[in-house]
Amino acid sequence: MGATLSTLSYLVASVLFILALRGLSHPETSRRGNMFGMIGMGIAIVATLFHHGMGFGGIVLILAGLAIGGTVGTVVAQRIQMTALPQLVAAFHSLVGLAAVFVAASAFYAPESFGIGTRGHIHTQSLVEMSLGIAIGAITFSGSVIAFAKLAGKMSGAPITFNGQHWLNLGLGILLLVLIIVFVATGSGVLFWLIALLSFALGFLLIIPIGGADMPVVVSMLNSYSGWAAAGIGFTIGNLLLIITGALVGASGAILSYIMCKGMNRSIINVLLGGFGSEGGAAAGGGDVGDRPPVKAGSPEDAAYMMKNAQKIIVVPGYGMAVAQAQQVLREMADLLKKEGAEIKYAIHPVAGRMPGHMNVLLAEANVPYDEVFELEEINPEFADADVAFVIGANDVTNPAAKTDKSSAIYGMPILDVERAKTVFFIKRGMSSGYAGVENELFYRPNTMMLFGDAKKVTQEIVQALQR
Amino acid sequence: MNPTELANQATAAAHRALELAEQARRMAEAAAPVAAAAEPFLYLLTIFLLACFVGYHVVWNVTPALHSPLMGVTNAISSVIVVGAILAAGTADGVAARIFGFIAVTLAAVNIFGGFMVTRRMLAMFKKKGS
Repeated sequence: MGATLSTLSYLVASVLFILALRGLSHPETSRRGNMFGMIGMGIAIVATLFHHGMGFGGIVLILAGLAIGGTVGTVVAQRIQMTALPQLVAAFHSLVGLAAVFVAASAFYAPESFGIGTRGHIHTQSLVEMSLGIAIGAITFSGSVIAFAKLAGKMSGAPITFNGQHWLNLGLGILLLVLIIVFVATGSGVLFWLIALLSFALGFLLIIPIGGADMPVVVSMLNSYSGWAAAGIGFTIGNLLLIITGALVGASGAILSYIMCKGMNRSIINVLLGGFGSEGGAAAGGGDVGDRPPVKAGSPEDAAYMMKNAQKIIVVPGYGMAVAQAQQVLREMADLLKKEGAEIKYAIHPVAGRMPGHMNVLLAEANVPYDEVFELEEINPEFADADVAFVIGANDVTNPAAKTDKSSAIYGMPILDVERAKTVFFIKRGMSSGYAGVENELFYRPNTMMLFGDAKKVTQEIVQALQR
Repeated sequence: MNPTELANQATAAAHRALELAEQARRMAEAAAPVAAAAEPFLYLLTIFLLACFVGYHVVWNVTPALHSPLMGVTNAISSVIVVGAILAAGTADGVAARIFGFIAVTLAAVNIFGGFMVTRRMLAMFKKKGS
């Protein structure tokens, strides 16, 4: 295939990728968008297979790789539970990072094939681009592995901190920079792998101090990194498609990280330095609540009775709903209440769950129509005329201390105004504070009723009470 | 001015011209790799920056409800790195370079199929009221 034709194919693929993202502006157009993405990827792969110098043996090798990887990917994607989505995405990011490292390695050992010089005499500029590709790729890999382990519960979601952690990371960062400079100057193979190793270690160390509930930011950020890694490799081998797509993905991940940080009123630096909620959480969890008014605990029957007579109910789902897998039974409850004449709406906080848009996917899985689900800005004015706010597995995102208490760790975070509803139900397993380690004064208000127990079990009991 | 003098001057001028030409050739030779390296880089950088802007504007238009599928799609398309992997596995010289390419193709393929499939599953669930 001529160079012009392959460049043209890459251009078409780039446009299709842009259309794939464009489609996500609305659920109606999103499925077609995803189709555009698949076609674009198909075109890119086929066009590359016709690259000159591609021998029969090479094509067999490539098709074997595509078949093995494709089978694994398809099986995993079909079997995965929707609640396990965040860790799946993290695992997928790690693969892109690792693939980038291997492509860089291949380019390093066979520079002639990519037109970037000869073995041992690779162009300086290509070495710079290559080292950026390896470093970002390797950090993406090990960082995503840690994010995966935390999200999948394979390691504790609690922040892992130790003395001098940030100095160590800073030192390693500087060392990485020095290694890159020496690598560019000498083109040494040993340094290539040292850069990769050090970046693996750095990715690992950068993510361990970040707590479980900050994972939406981490996952978005790693999403962004995987894009920059692809773009870095694109510069190295002079491939337009890699550069364009890498930039699209990098920009997308960066925007998502920004949105997530804004949803918590924290800077990205604050999130990345980690350790959030680790000390406070332990102290407040013990609970010095002696001087508080007593908490009003209710039974599922009470809740069912009150909601039966309600006109407007706003449901606030959080990570607790995902953990308990309560979305299905929650929708059953909503259906029964609709039959009683109530209006049901769902309110989603930007950082609810463990990845951007996590709650929306879970509600969609339970067949909740997307036009009943609202974002924070849209729904907040409506709490004032709601009879019931039904908070299931959420805590910090409803805490009014974010608006009133300047000393609070969550001060300034936008919250869902559930306190304005006539009655607030909290489904919680116990009185412990949320991730931020801040106590929620709402629990002690007279119009709040606590429903203690597992989110799924309590909701099931409400459903049974409603059916009676 | 006699003919001999004229001839001598002409010879000197010719020599000087030859020298200048040689100098110019040397300069061009020295400049060529720099220019060759700089121009495509600037061209690639331009495209990269423009693509960042396109990404920025397109992604701000994505509805927050679809942020999870957005991650799925961007994850799938970031495995376009498979293009580099295919070139490495199919055209690189040397066994090591080919093996690295093969591993990269396999890893990227997991992502391509997995990413698009899981996004398709997610998007299939988003339904409107009454449908």
